[in-house]
Amino acid sequence: MPAFAGMTGKKSMGLDPTILLIIALAPLLGAVVAGLFGRQIGRVGAHTVTIAGVALSCGLSFYVLYQMLWGGAETYDQDVYTWFKVGSLETHVGFLIDRLTAMMMVVVTFVSLMVHVYTIGYMADDDGYQRFFSYIALFTFSMLMLVMSNNFLQLFFGWEAVGLVSYLLIGFWFKKPSAIFANLKAFLVNRVGDFGFLLGIAGVLYFFHTLDYKTVFDHSDALTGKTLELFAGHPWSAATVICLCLFVGAMGKSAQVPLHVWLPDSMEGPTPISALIHAATMVTAGIFMVARMSPLFELSDTALSVVLVIGATTAFFTGLIGIVQNDIKRVVAYSTLSQLGYMTAALGASAYSAAIFHLMTHAFFKALLFLGAGSVIIAMHHEQDMRYMGGLRRYMPVTWITALIGTLALTGTPGFAGFYSKDAIIEAVGESHRWGAGYAYWCVLAGVFVTALYSFRLLYLTFHGRERFIVEHSAHDHGDHGHHEPGHLAHAPHESPLVVTLPLILLAIPSVVIGAIAVGSMLHGDFFGEALRVAHEGEGEHGFHGWLATMIDGLTGAPFLFAFAGFAVATYVYLINPSIADRIKKALHPLWSLLDHKYWVDEAYQAVFARGSLLLGRGLWKGGDVGVIDNILIDGSSAAVGRTAGVVRQLQSGYLYTYAFAMILGLVALLGGLWYVMHA
Amino acid sequence: MIGHLTLAHYIGLGAVLFCISVAGIFINRKNVIVLLMAIELMLLAVNMNFVAFSRFLGDVSGQVFVFFILTVAAAESAIGLAILVVLFRNRATINVGEIDSMKG
Repeated sequence: MPAFAGMTGKKSMGLDPTILLIIALAPLLGAVVAGLFGRQIGRVGAHTVTIAGVALSCGLSFYVLYQMLWGGAETYDQDVYTWFKVGSLETHVGFLIDRLTAMMMVVVTFVSLMVHVYTIGYMADDDGYQRFFSYIALFTFSMLMLVMSNNFLQLFFGWEAVGLVSYLLIGFWFKKPSAIFANLKAFLVNRVGDFGFLLGIAGVLYFFHTLDYKTVFDHSDALTGKTLELFAGHPWSAATVICLCLFVGAMGKSAQVPLHVWLPDSMEGPTPISALIHAATMVTAGIFMVARMSPLFELSDTALSVVLVIGATTAFFTGLIGIVQNDIKRVVAYSTLSQLGYMTAALGASAYSAAIFHLMTHAFFKALLFLGAGSVIIAMHHEQDMRYMGGLRRYMPVTWITALIGTLALTGTPGFAGFYSKDAIIEAVGESHRWGAGYAYWCVLAGVFVTALYSFRLLYLTFHGRERFIVEHSAHDHGDHGHHEPGHLAHAPHESPLVVTLPLILLAIPSVVIGAIAVGSMLHGDFFGEALRVAHEGEGEHGFHGWLATMIDGLTGAPFLFAFAGFAVATYVYLINPSIADRIKKALHPLWSLLDHKYWVDEAYQAVFARGSLLLGRGLWKGGDVGVIDNILIDGSSAAVGRTAGVVRQLQSGYLYTYAFAMILGLVALLGGLWYVMHA
Repeated sequence: MIGHLTLAHYIGLGAVLFCISVAGIFINRKNVIVLLMAIELMLLAVNMNFVAFSRFLGDVSGQVFVFFILTVAAAESAIGLAILVVLFRNRATINVGEIDSMKG
């Protein structure tokens, strides 16, 4: 097999490329089988084959992580296949497996496996069952290609592939106009980001003449002092331009302000994919990418300042919107935006390990929260409005407990997973001396209060308080789930089946413990090794005395106070004295309205970009296509021919003698001309 | 008086015949048969030139050509008359003025 060039590489202590290929390709196989032969193998066949593929991939990912951590496996960096050659550029499909990748692989495959299992319950009544499994397995493959890549082009391939699957899944219910609008929006907004990303990759290729990670990162110093003249006479630092372009890609994929508008709308898709793609994995691809490119980003303080400010802005301002949302999934979606902002802010403060750490903990507890929301939605017969919920904890205890754990982890309660990662981020931002760090620090700190407020609001409105739905005991008409009035249920809500609750429980466990387990090695140890590079190691490194000490320390820290304040406010407003919520809403109506309209960003984009491009399109259509091409070029030329022919056809009398006369005249003219030429 | 007949006389005769036949084609507005006859006349004018130059240049091949042309002319007349018969059957007329189906 000449194609598998990497097979003959070094043997000692290396990972077996076959294992890596199986990890990447097993979900693809499942996706192809479930997608193309879904009708033949049926529902059970479809979920069996995809879950088997993802489970195999997940198990092997754990094995790889184990080998990396304790088996002494070295970083694996080999090409397995030559994709194409263009001139001197050779493009490979290859794997770079270091501890960062191994951790991402475990997170992706584990959450994906949980979501696969959960989907059996969530999509049980759906006609597109096989299609859905095919899509999410395809997503797992794409995401693995993205994180396992050892070059920029394969990264871009994975990047686009996850974007495609995201598009397909947001529009999964393709008969719903709002879903189609949302998936188009997600697709278009992501194109903006991808455009920047592609420019960044082009910049890398221009300066390094290769797209291979290792070569680029080893020679990243070559970029210092190089400039690019984007506008004549204004040389820019090449590192800044490249990093900003790459970060635009990350902004699109990870939904940072101002490219955040697509993520809340993506909740039109089925809940399992909101958990998998739009919370746990795909949207963190941008964070992963920036962390992976840390050797480049470290070259540009300007770029990192931009990253920091944008991340902090996203963290605070999108969190605020979450407070006024009524749709349970949208609250979680805005929470995701806000947490992604935290990760981005950490990247901007050069705390890459904290960002990745938060990425991991967030993947678990946010997937948990989304799946919990999904479980509630099943129980409420696809009612998503929290105003018609309440008191559900008595009906669905497992969902309630796991959602509580997820909420505690999200708000950064000391001891839970989110606490360690979020605390580390806030600390890193606070210690950063970059331009904008002061603003960013207050944003992330205030964000903690906001996070606690909306998280507990969700919890109280859903699981606690008065029941705001009416159960109608007319159990005879099963068929009309879609037509009932809001807040009217045909049956009492009940706990979801085991395939739904089991993933919740399995995700709740890491949501509690993963922070305490990993904080030592990831934040303070040498977990990531060479994978993440920081130019100036933090001067004010605090001593680390174990996870317990950190937790006790956290009890007196500012973030905890903010979180507790948020908890207290939410408890008072939404649990103890619910009528106050409406009074506050009325008193602060302009503010409420601003948040309810999401700062009018959607409207502004709609007015400027959507309407603008519609106007442009209409102009080109009416002016360019209809006016110039149709009327002048096509119809115009044919009309000109017609008019000319109308004149010329008068010559065609149809009489023989006219033609003969014309022939004679022609002959005379020809001979006369000839004579003239010969005698002139 | 019949003086010395020169080449010019013969060529002049050919030209006159040719002009008559051309005029016959153009001026004739009535009859397809006249048209055919005019064409025959045109060929005769050409034959006249051939014979005259053959004699003048002492080269016999010009007279051989005349035989060819006469043969072809005979065949052509036969075909022309056949077409004329078919034309009359289809259109019930041989009036040139009424045959204008090629009009654009």
